[in-house]
Amino acid sequence: MYIIIVGGGRLGYYLTKALLDEGHEVLIVEKNPTFCQIINDELGSVCVRGDGCEAATLADIGTARADMFIAVTGDDEDNLVACQVAKHKFNVPRTTARVRNPQNETIFKKLGIDVTVSSTNIILESIKEEVPTHPLTHLLTIRDQGLEIVEVKIPPDATTIGKPVKELSLPPGSRLALIIPKERKPRLPTSDTILRDGDRVIAVTTPESEEALRAVLRGA
Amino acid sequence: MKVVIMGCGRVGAQLAGLLDTDGHSVTILDTDAYSFRRLPSTFSGTALVGNGLNEEVLKKAGIEEADAFVALTQGDNRNVMASQIAKHIFNVPRVVCRIYDPLRQELYSTLGVEAFSPTTIFAQMLREKLES
Repeated sequence: MYIIIVGGGRLGYYLTKALLDEGHEVLIVEKNPTFCQIINDELGSVCVRGDGCEAATLADIGTARADMFIAVTGDDEDNLVACQVAKHKFNVPRTTARVRNPQNETIFKKLGIDVTVSSTNIILESIKEEVPTHPLTHLLTIRDQGLEIVEVKIPPDATTIGKPVKELSLPPGSRLALIIPKERKPRLPTSDTILRDGDRVIAVTTPESEEALRAVLRGA
Repeated sequence: MKVVIMGCGRVGAQLAGLLDTDGHSVTILDTDAYSFRRLPSTFSGTALVGNGLNEEVLKKAGIEEADAFVALTQGDNRNVMASQIAKHIFNVPRVVCRIYDPLRQELYSTLGVEAFSPTTIFAQMLREKLES
């Protein structure tokens, strides 16, 4: 695949490295000449100096034949415009934008960006996961199906401890996929599986049912 | 008419003053309160500190009832993004945007944003002056 990346910061650099290793043809567009030099010295001639929002620059690097266009600069508005130019002027089939302000995710979707990745949200989730009392962690979002995979920890004061799974009235669209007990091997839950203190329950749910699922599992 | 202007630079401040004199209700946004010094002393509209890319700030500026939105910051991309938020999220009837880069201005004009490029306009004006 021919993949164009806008933004040669840390994210752009490591992304390029990973995609090159996978055997793709990758090109980075970066404004800062020093960053360009570093990338070209370390990864080979893969960086072009220029503004990734400018149609002229994008025409020069053959954006029209790109399979994928990824904008990962530190400014949301630049990522939006770069992706829109790629999409509307050069008909790139798949555009991905990094979003720093989580609020912008919905806006970007509405404005036609195919995939948005909120770096702030990802970092937040990872840190929250490390907080021992955190009730629900998002592990994965399956966007096109409107599903998410979450982890719910069963705290010592949960009223569901000692109850079998069949007694839980799970909200619509939710299903338990795996139970990871504190010091034993993970097991697939059946209707007779008993919930214990410290269990980590992996479940498939929808964004709307997520709160209800947490409440049902913890008996709150 | 109720107008929200984003960016209180020379053009923004002057436009705000003119519309205000004509009796329109004007709210002008800027991220730096110091920019509001450019507003004429007679300005009777609202000057609000905040980023026009933020939906909350735009709501506070009254974008939901606005008849027009004008994006006049120094950044083309900021103007483009704010204009699209005004147009597609808040459905403001009239959205006007400044884009310095002529190529980008052309593209966004075809995408339905009413965009002006001062670069093109000024270059044409100078050519006419020189050739006349």
